[in-house]
Amino acid sequence: MIDVEGVTRRFGAVTAVDDVSLTVERGTIAVLVGTSGSGKSTLLRMINRLIEPSTGTIRVDGRDTATLPGEALRRGIGYAIQGHGLFPHWTVARNIATVPMLQGWDKPRIDRRVEDLLVLFDLDPAIFAAKFPHQLSGGQQQRVGVARALAAEPAVLLMDEPFGALDPIIRAKAQEDLIAIQRRLGITIVLVTHDMEEAIQLGDRIAVMDGGRLQQYATPAEILAHPAPGFVERLVGGSDRPFRLLSLARVEDAAETGTAQGDAIAPTASLRDALAALLWRGTDSLPVAGTAPRHITLKAILGQAGRR
Amino acid sequence: MRQAALIARLAALTTLLALLFVPELFRGILEPLTENGAPAIYNQGSLLQLTLAHLALVAAATAIGGLAALAMGIFVTRPAGAEFLPLSRSIVNIGQTFPPVAVLALAVPAVGFGVTPTLIALVLYGLLPIFENTITGLREVPETTIEAARGMGMGGWRRLALVELPLALPVILAGLRLSVVVNLGTATIGSTVAAKGLGEVIIAGLQTSNTAFILQGGVIVALLAVLIYDGLGAIERIAARRAGRSAG
Repeated sequence: MIDVEGVTRRFGAVTAVDDVSLTVERGTIAVLVGTSGSGKSTLLRMINRLIEPSTGTIRVDGRDTATLPGEALRRGIGYAIQGHGLFPHWTVARNIATVPMLQGWDKPRIDRRVEDLLVLFDLDPAIFAAKFPHQLSGGQQQRVGVARALAAEPAVLLMDEPFGALDPIIRAKAQEDLIAIQRRLGITIVLVTHDMEEAIQLGDRIAVMDGGRLQQYATPAEILAHPAPGFVERLVGGSDRPFRLLSLARVEDAAETGTAQGDAIAPTASLRDALAALLWRGTDSLPVAGTAPRHITLKAILGQAGRR
Repeated sequence: MRQAALIARLAALTTLLALLFVPELFRGILEPLTENGAPAIYNQGSLLQLTLAHLALVAAATAIGGLAALAMGIFVTRPAGAEFLPLSRSIVNIGQTFPPVAVLALAVPAVGFGVTPTLIALVLYGLLPIFENTITGLREVPETTIEAARGMGMGGWRRLALVELPLALPVILAGLRLSVVVNLGTATIGSTVAAKGLGEVIIAGLQTSNTAFILQGGVIVALLAVLIYDGLGAIERIAARRAGRSAG
């Protein structure tokens, strides 16, 4: 759990982060979203004290971060950044082993951990352990960057625009993988992005920052349905807001008993996908895969898409 | 292309070894350059020993100057030393622009004749390329890499030793290479203040108007410079590959 309480950071006359308080529950993903200069990266980097707060306290699992030496604190918190920041002169295995090495793990333990992580991130150790970063694709580099951040089994992972350098198809896959890994390891993640779409996709809660101030901190559904007046409203109020809302709900949430013609849609698919399928096929009802005879109708989707 | 380079290297090395071990081979070429029956082959000492003394002098000067320049370059790229950058740069620049001959003239009254004044002149003269390349090399380390190292919990020294210096190494080595080659030539003036080296051969030739001696001394120094430049270049390429900068 991360507790940010009344945190302010000034750089000279500029207040980059202005009196921000928020709590990230253990095992959830909080996404800090905003334009550049909104203070979101500064806020993230104050959690592991790459930047020191001017005033205010940050507690990680109840412990005031100011009471720990900065380097020890950072070794206990995973950190992944845009463009991955891998060390170009070290192999993939040595890159992943960075923090365990700094923490003085013995070699067999490090080797085991590196192998486990490579497998977890779908990188065959026999092929990838000895490769250098420049021999990897962008997606592979990004995965190694996250694996490295998780190497010393941190309870908290900070990510600064981790998918910013990836092309859209690889990015979608990386986002799915991140959620899967987060659910599996039960870690707490704070992620910075400027992309509202990504925030909605990944966040259990979204913190919208503007001009150093926290504008709204709420679940994606709440932010879409009831945006705070002003900046947040402008940010999410575009014509695609209903589609974003639909992307949050699953087919099984709106499915009703009934039958329909055509190929079945998975109950775990989003309503947005269901709507797209309906429009594409030109019908108003689709069967839902599963043992019980269920279908999803255009009417049911309409009921989910608007402001309730 | 690669084959031609290899042949050129071998030819240079063979010529150098022949000049040092079997100088008699060149009698036919050198004899016409002498007058009044003067000796065509250097006969006032062992060319091999002079070459070794010359190399030792350059190696010592490069080691001392290299360490000093590296330490200064590291210091002025740390936040604590940033304000000393203009001062260090001035000192190093003076070392480069002040003629080594003048340094010798000033140093001899203070420290006497021999190796010491020559070392001082060479160290000062060789600082600039290593200093500037250390700064450039350290500054070229990508910001994200340093940021990642900090975020992983590396302290300043670890960051320098494990990340910054290895990545800056190819550029630092390029500076070292330049410094070595410049000093190989400059070291010949040390013989004017009685430092052992290949300058002796050249000066002996100048004093007796013996072009054959001048040519021998000059060609040996030139071949040393070419071969060492080439060898250090190869080391530099290996370092660059290790630093992951070039693909392959």
